[in-house]
Amino acid sequence: MARAMAGLAFDNLRDAGAWIARGASRPAARDARAGQDVRQTGGRGAGTVRFEGVTKTFQAASGAVRALDGIDLAIPAGAIFGIIGRSGAGKSSLLRTVNRLEEPSAGRVLIDGEPIGALDTAGLVALRRRIGMIFQHFNLLAAKTVRQNVALPLAVAGVPRAEIGRRVDEALRLVGLEAKAEAYPSRLSGGQKQRVGIARALVSRPEILLCDEATSALDPETTLQILTLLRDINRRFGITIVLITHEMSVIREICTDVVVLEQGRAVESGPVWRVFGAPEHPATRALLEPLTRGLPDDLAARLRPNPAPGAEALLRITCSGAAPDLSALTEAAGAPVRLLQAGIERIQGRAVGRMLIAVAGTEAAERLVARADGIAIERIGYVAADD
Amino acid sequence: MSPQMIDRLSQACLDTLFMVGVSAGIAVLAGLPLALFLVTSGPGGIFPAPRANRVVGTLVNGFRAVPFIVLLVALIPFTRLVAGTTIGVWAAIVPLSVSATPFFARIAEVSLREVDAGLIEAAQSIGCRRRHILLHVLLPEALPGILGGLTITVVTMIGASAMAGAVGAGGLGDVAIRYGYQRFDTTVMLAVIAILIALVCLVQFAGDTAVRRLRAR
Repeated sequence: MARAMAGLAFDNLRDAGAWIARGASRPAARDARAGQDVRQTGGRGAGTVRFEGVTKTFQAASGAVRALDGIDLAIPAGAIFGIIGRSGAGKSSLLRTVNRLEEPSAGRVLIDGEPIGALDTAGLVALRRRIGMIFQHFNLLAAKTVRQNVALPLAVAGVPRAEIGRRVDEALRLVGLEAKAEAYPSRLSGGQKQRVGIARALVSRPEILLCDEATSALDPETTLQILTLLRDINRRFGITIVLITHEMSVIREICTDVVVLEQGRAVESGPVWRVFGAPEHPATRALLEPLTRGLPDDLAARLRPNPAPGAEALLRITCSGAAPDLSALTEAAGAPVRLLQAGIERIQGRAVGRMLIAVAGTEAAERLVARADGIAIERIGYVAADD
Repeated sequence: MSPQMIDRLSQACLDTLFMVGVSAGIAVLAGLPLALFLVTSGPGGIFPAPRANRVVGTLVNGFRAVPFIVLLVALIPFTRLVAGTTIGVWAAIVPLSVSATPFFARIAEVSLREVDAGLIEAAQSIGCRRRHILLHVLLPEALPGILGGLTITVVTMIGASAMAGAVGAGGLGDVAIRYGYQRFDTTVMLAVIAILIALVCLVQFAGDTAVRRLRAR
């Protein structure tokens, strides 16, 4: 639960091994999928998505509104790709262009290199069967049981009844809901409903899974369970996951890559560790703010811009990739270095976060700043050492 | 009450049930497709046809604006064409159906409109074609509301069928007017009222039970 929320750095250290293992096992996951392909009913691509100059204009009362403004992005196969931004930034519109629930006004979307804008109805239906989608409010059919909900994608595709039964069982087992097969959705909890949504999205064995704020209506604990399930699915089947969220913690938890949208533009994108470790755009920084530790109040109150006799210098170290060597810091300063506050996390096997340290004396602080190679250090100010 | 009057009342009761039953069946068969058309052909619907939507909408409003007793008379040429006669139970069924169809269509339309757009989107995302959306999403999800609307329609039709006496179709209303009112037979009047109340209560109870069963899932 703590990991799902603001999160303590130490909790994530436990996962570091898993993160690294995941990077290494990616090709293995693809092999597993190749094996799976034998069981596929239809042809299956790798699951790449490319956006080329995707623009969406809406006509609103106040005039034309650009929901998306020339988005260029490439999502590699097997990625867990996060789209984040404030509400109204265009996240949902962008996601919906992938299965053409939203038609771009300009530009094009390519799935496995194939532009989808020109597909006719039959082609579009076939495409949508290769792309699963789950929703914030689950969107399950209230008049159908869990089994009937999950069976629907296959039933409308004309899959024989015996095979439908087998694959629905398989999908329900995957999400751990075999026992609820005959229940109606109104009898389920939010987390269970989303599991049904996931089973329904996966039953046609898609190569891409779109998640539209899939955890935003869930409590933190259930959120974590669903995210774990999504990560598991990604690893086992190599399905490309594209998710949108306004919660940075979701991105940090499972994404490999992230794009930040601001007013319909992609302002920053890259591997999560890099975007989180060294956010460049103000919009990214604003979104990261809740996850970032500010200067503690007591220190902020005593902070002075200029050195006073006996004052300690406060320095902030920002890690984006490598964890700093603490003994090297002491050595460089030639004076005691005290660690006041730290929040270093492991994201994709890399150390990301900030540390607040105190060094006795101005000279020691200057030495530290001067000698610190490749470590981002900024001076915050000075506090009287009375604690 | 004389035995003949009791016979007359039970025959009237059967006539009313027959008229309302057949007309309600026709209203459902014609009204439901009409409601589906009104919902899906609007702007942003799954079968967009805004112009046809406006035309049909106006027609529905037109029929709903005409009072039943006027419709009964105004439709006489049409009734003759369809039923081959302008008197009797079948002659009443034609205007009853014509009156109930747009009424039921509008009520069913409201229920269909209340189906969450997210469900339609979800259905599209899993590769449903438009007919699948009608069959698996719109109709089943709106069914409780549609059944509730049908209950209201049938109750309204029982009331309207009282005017069927005007074309010699008989029924409870006809007995009440001819014997209860014109011959000052208060007992008959009260009996008819009691039967009508029982009938309406029964229909409402059946409808409510069905809706509750569906919603309890």
